[in-house]
Amino acid sequence: MAEGRVVGIDLGTTNSLVAYMEGDAPVVIPGVDGSHLVPSVVALDPISAGGGRPTVTVGNSARKVLIQTPERVVYSVKRLMGRGLEEIQSELKLFPFRLADDVEAGEVPRIQLGELKFTPPEISAYILRQLKRNAERFFGAPLTQAVITVPAYFNDAQRQATRDAGRMAGLDVLRLVNEPTAAALAYGLDRAKVGTIAVYDFGGGTFDISILKLRDGIFEVQSTNGDTHLGGDDIDNLLSAIALDEIYAEHGVDLRSHPGAVQAVRKAAIEAKIKLSTEQAAHFDLELPNGDRYQREIPRAVFELLIEPVLERTAGPCRQAITDAGLTPEDIDEVVLVGGSTRIPAVRQLVDDIFHLAARGKKPHTELNPDEVVALGAAVQADILAGASKSTEKMLLLDVTPLSLGIEALGGTVARIIQRNSTIPASATEHFTTGVDGQTNVAIHVVQGERELATDCRSLARFDLKGIPPMSAGLPRIEVKFLIDADGILKVSAREQRSGQAAKIEVKPTYGLTDEQVESMILDSFDHAEDDFAKRLLIEARNEAETILAAVERAPGSPAWKQLTAEEQASIEMARNHLNAVKQGEDSSLIRNATLTLDQATRRFAELMMEAAVTTAIRGKTMDAAGEEMGDSVTAPHAMAPAEFK
Amino acid sequence: MKVLDSAVPVACWSCSIGHNDSTLFCPHCSKIQPPPGGDYYSVFNLQPRLDLDLPALEQEFHRLSRRLHPDRFARALVNEKEWSLADTALLNDAYRTLRDPLRRTEYLLKLEGLEIGEESAADRKDRKDPSRVPADLLEEVFDLNMQLEEMRMARRIGEADPALQAGLSEAKARFAGMMQAVDQDLRAEWIIWDAGDAKARQDAQKRMVALLDRRRYLSNLVRDVTETLGA
Repeated sequence: MAEGRVVGIDLGTTNSLVAYMEGDAPVVIPGVDGSHLVPSVVALDPISAGGGRPTVTVGNSARKVLIQTPERVVYSVKRLMGRGLEEIQSELKLFPFRLADDVEAGEVPRIQLGELKFTPPEISAYILRQLKRNAERFFGAPLTQAVITVPAYFNDAQRQATRDAGRMAGLDVLRLVNEPTAAALAYGLDRAKVGTIAVYDFGGGTFDISILKLRDGIFEVQSTNGDTHLGGDDIDNLLSAIALDEIYAEHGVDLRSHPGAVQAVRKAAIEAKIKLSTEQAAHFDLELPNGDRYQREIPRAVFELLIEPVLERTAGPCRQAITDAGLTPEDIDEVVLVGGSTRIPAVRQLVDDIFHLAARGKKPHTELNPDEVVALGAAVQADILAGASKSTEKMLLLDVTPLSLGIEALGGTVARIIQRNSTIPASATEHFTTGVDGQTNVAIHVVQGERELATDCRSLARFDLKGIPPMSAGLPRIEVKFLIDADGILKVSAREQRSGQAAKIEVKPTYGLTDEQVESMILDSFDHAEDDFAKRLLIEARNEAETILAAVERAPGSPAWKQLTAEEQASIEMARNHLNAVKQGEDSSLIRNATLTLDQATRRFAELMMEAAVTTAIRGKTMDAAGEEMGDSVTAPHAMAPAEFK
Repeated sequence: MKVLDSAVPVACWSCSIGHNDSTLFCPHCSKIQPPPGGDYYSVFNLQPRLDLDLPALEQEFHRLSRRLHPDRFARALVNEKEWSLADTALLNDAYRTLRDPLRRTEYLLKLEGLEIGEESAADRKDRKDPSRVPADLLEEVFDLNMQLEEMRMARRIGEADPALQAGLSEAKARFAGMMQAVDQDLRAEWIIWDAGDAKARQDAQKRMVALLDRRRYLSNLVRDVTETLGA
């Protein structure tokens, strides 16, 4: 199996995708429902199958239950990857999730999902497992190896957390590739380009800028910069907050105390944002609990004025990246736009201003779908690693580390040992000694960042060099080698030179899981039973069937059901009966097709359910009353409510 | 730092034929080898020199990257993967050092056994110590520090002082000009070192150490002014 296919995975904040090289072109692998994007949403099924691991759904089906059981659903988990408890406090204010109340400082935070708790890498592992299954279904063969993309500006801990997630999902992660670099690969595949390109990647939750030099198939990153907490989310939050404030000021209605209503406002804000990319104006029209209507026209000019501060935050990193590459804007031959937020005309204008494009008769590249280009590039990199194909054999990616690596020196200052934008793998060798006679331990604090004081940088790990032979102070000479590998992750080794002893290093990562913890979190074992692949496909197909059948079973009790035409109801019944009939059979593809048919038949019903829930929420009926009508409790996640935290 | 030409014979892990350890690939079976001894120049098969053909260096860097990079060993044996990682790190470190004129000069001087001081945060505080200021700059640095102090003061109380700002910008340009002059002088020393005999090299080295000190001093001044102007 080791020589099987390698896929490329874009593990995104909002959506995730899996792609592979078909001949000499990368293509996205669709899910069972035919869609390319798998929403990065994970839900814990209400009924955990007796003991063992709970049943988890991922993607569109998880997003559907977001409204019924928000306390069992988590999204945008990428924002929490590799971060410490104190770092995610402000982040959590934007999300409805709760942390488990027994999380202690220094531990990897766990999210409470129903009755269970999950670390962010575990949640990501469920998303990866779904993509893995989609690919296996598509290939009809097991998949074990993948390339996963990460924001270029991800630090060591965030990268490590992504690797851990891959391992938990049963994937051998051959490489972590930076998202903008992957996009450059996707664009550079079909034409032999020579020159300097900038990739401006403004996604749902992160912003990256990378400047690359292309020559004879070598993609050499010159510099990179970014902000791992800046994206389309920030625009949505801003617009929602303005609408909520206005509603309160003009109508005296404080919607912030109604989670469902806040979510409805946010949904309207997102729709307005999307509309304003193509139209000159968008309308807010919401019915309020007191019967008033909140009606607001947002002309594009006003929208642009509002979001200017958010967009402006991308300009600084761009200028820094250009300077770090030793270039001026005029030296950039081409600019590639990546990420959904680059559809906003004001973003394109800003990019034009930064890189002086129009003035030079140039336009940014937008030919490839900005939602898919990263996954496509990851597939190209996967193909390079597999080493089997003519179309990529001349290509090579030389990436850089986004942040400087330093050691805390006396007085809390940082001695920089590897500069940012160094091509990786990169290494540095440092010598340490003891300060006290007979000392056998030396502690080293490694940090990442550009600031002069260690406390202003991000703590990466504390290394404890042990087993130094007792000698007079200052006599031992301990050589420590720091190496940043091709994934951008630090590795350390040490040797006492006088005695030639290899010092034992104990690493205490400041953020992150130990190997043992990761091992214990590896998802259900049957994922590794590659020996009986057909049986596994059958079990999965049956599980999927059961999930949708259980949902359809409850359908006639909801008001949305009554809105369906008799014809629609009949076709759902028919699809349901068919699935019930085939699901006991041994043919997994038959079950899968029947599941898909039922899914399609219920699509309008699902939409009606969603709309009903949102309308109910905004009209200000109590959540309980709405819940009774829906046959389930209705609350929706929202952007503004503070997270509960102890 | 190991010396060039450490012709320690080792046996190739793959074909068992002996070769000296200054090679990245086995000369007999072409398999990747553990990181060789030798300095950064030997990675590129070069003798230590200061005036380098940069396009040729880049070309060689790309050629070696294609063969050594971990992407080429994703499905190789565990030991090959490890050596690919270590060899590529060495290649990248070497290229990063040799492509940059100042890093290259410092590196070569260190190879020659000279101490090149990198300024620590503590040194930065001592910069105003007159004994550390190059003699010909003493007066100018004194004036500059006064101006910088005034500028910071003006900023603290929120006042703009266009005359002071113009004065500082001018000083910055002047010091930047001096840096360029130092770079030119350094280049002249490169040529002398590359072509010279042992004695000429020793003299050039001494002058280069002094030039590098001066350059570091100037570069820090420019940085201070830039920071103060930009604050």
